[in-house]
Amino acid sequence: MGMLKYSIGRLLRALVTMAAVLSAVFLLMRLLPVEGYFGDRSDAMNEKVKEQVLKSLGLLDPWYKQLGNFWKDLLHGDMGKSIVYRKGVSVVKIIVPKAKVSLKFGFAAIMIEKLAGIPMGVLMARYKGKFFDRFGNLYILLINALPAAVYYLLIQLGGFGLFGVSMLYRPGQIGTMILPVISLSLGGIASTAMWMRRYMVDQMNMDYIRLARAKGMTGSQVAFRHMLRNAFIPMAQSLPASILFTISGSLYIESLYSIPGMGGLLVTAIKRQDNTLVQALVLLFSVLSIVGMLLGDILMMLLDPRITLGDRKGEGR
Amino acid sequence: MGDLFSRFHVKNRIYDRWVQKADGEEEVTDDMFVFAGNDMAEAEHTGYSGYSYWKSTFRMFFSNKVSVGILVFLLLLLAFTFLQPLLPDQKSPTEIFINPQTGTQYRNVRPNGEFWFGTNAIGQDLWSRIWYGTRISLFIGLCSAAFSAFVGIVLGCIWGYARKWDKLFTEIYNVFDNIPYTILRMLLIYILRPSLFTMIFVMCLTGWVGMAKYIRNLILIYRDREFNLASKCLGSSAGKIIVKNILPQLVSAIMLDTALAIPGAVGSEVFLTYIGLGLPVSMPSLGTLINEGRAVMLVAGQRYQLYFPVIVVSAITVSFYALGNAFADASDPRNHR
Repeated sequence: MGMLKYSIGRLLRALVTMAAVLSAVFLLMRLLPVEGYFGDRSDAMNEKVKEQVLKSLGLLDPWYKQLGNFWKDLLHGDMGKSIVYRKGVSVVKIIVPKAKVSLKFGFAAIMIEKLAGIPMGVLMARYKGKFFDRFGNLYILLINALPAAVYYLLIQLGGFGLFGVSMLYRPGQIGTMILPVISLSLGGIASTAMWMRRYMVDQMNMDYIRLARAKGMTGSQVAFRHMLRNAFIPMAQSLPASILFTISGSLYIESLYSIPGMGGLLVTAIKRQDNTLVQALVLLFSVLSIVGMLLGDILMMLLDPRITLGDRKGEGR
Repeated sequence: MGDLFSRFHVKNRIYDRWVQKADGEEEVTDDMFVFAGNDMAEAEHTGYSGYSYWKSTFRMFFSNKVSVGILVFLLLLLAFTFLQPLLPDQKSPTEIFINPQTGTQYRNVRPNGEFWFGTNAIGQDLWSRIWYGTRISLFIGLCSAAFSAFVGIVLGCIWGYARKWDKLFTEIYNVFDNIPYTILRMLLIYILRPSLFTMIFVMCLTGWVGMAKYIRNLILIYRDREFNLASKCLGSSAGKIIVKNILPQLVSAIMLDTALAIPGAVGSEVFLTYIGLGLPVSMPSLGTLINEGRAVMLVAGQRYQLYFPVIVVSAITVSFYALGNAFADASDPRNHR
């Protein structure tokens, strides 16, 4: 019961935040210079035509009226139609196929991230201060410090030069997915491994671990049966959110390999001032982040009976 | 994951790094168990160890040879970056060089005695462009890191210490934090038009949020500790408690965050340039150079145009990152023996 109440309260608060975020982005969009609305033919238009275009888009109304109209349409379930990017096409129709592609890549990357990152972190903690730990820390340092753009480029170049893998993604050819998925997962492997290592090291001196060792369990048994399960709980909290976030795609990787995903969509939409598309995307991302957080909390509670969400005290979230 | 949300990693990372201490344990030796006897005079003695926070910090830092090496390297690199235009025979970073014999530009000339790092696709000197770009990128990084640290610390202190304001600040934070930074930055760059000031402005605008939240959480941890209660009872003002009692505990965390903000800003600049919102063409930055290099990367003979800026960017970001970590370790009082 506590959980239901908590979830509802949480959702209501999230809705308020979302409304504020959407309105803020909406108003920012209205501050943009107007040239973007005329597309490529802006030279051929005279002032009158331009005004007509703006009027038909409802952009000459005062801002509060525009905001009101936007919310009215949204509450009727109308996300609007694209006004520049693909004129007249419903934004849902534009977003869904791209989201599927991004989700496919992102999901594969998250799988690799967890499958490689968790054992890596566990082993680093097991051999703390030894070669493997140092090697792992060096990897984490490099991945965190280098701008992602740099190692993405080197991976693409290396994969092409050394193994002759295609530089571009071709739908239907699994082989061409390898390089982008690897690039996507490198950062996640580093942060997963770092988290895991830290958590395992923290747990090592806990009483229950000492007891388990005293009972005669081997180091590996303790690591995998006791510590790993406990260490997985905080990770579970971020898991749903990170899976959902993959829908937003990765701009850099998708454009490097020309993957028809979501990554570039937002940038293009902002560049070409496709207001409805931008609003739909921002709405989508806010919903994803809120749902992801909520699912994460619920998942964490299911995994760890000590956590109850209903009566949590404390400031903020 | 996606670029929009990469900041989540960053936040966790700094916190993780900071909590990650307590790894080292003191070695237990036999002579710790020798009976000390009962000496009345010794019991009266209230020793003062002569412990000085900054002295210990610097001693710790300088005892690590690797970090001193990185520090020296970084200082030399910084000095060279800023002195390079004063050296003799340096070329202009934006001038297009024309071959006097043929009257055409020196396009894609491989590195030689005249053009040390070669030229780019329109005949500009890569050597001077790289150092000019490094100056610009470092300037952006340093400015935004300093601003984020300052505003983040001040707002974080108020937010964490003043109970009344906590709810309000938290709600503002929630809204601010839910606007994906990429969107915010892009919109602002469009509204303000690309320029060096705009670039620094948008980095500053979003940079302090994470810092403030982070300082606030740390202040909450220390605010009600016994030593602060004692200080309060003895009549210290809130300002004094924050500055004298709490902030020194946070030095390592703040240093780390600030040091990491510099490579972060350099990375963001590369990204913003890539999506076409970088600095004007007359101001080559490291991001501009990497993108120019990327454009010609398919031709094996011209890859030098990618490799040189990549090497410089990597050297800078990795050094700052490693140095930030080393200094954070050294300035954490829990590591001082």
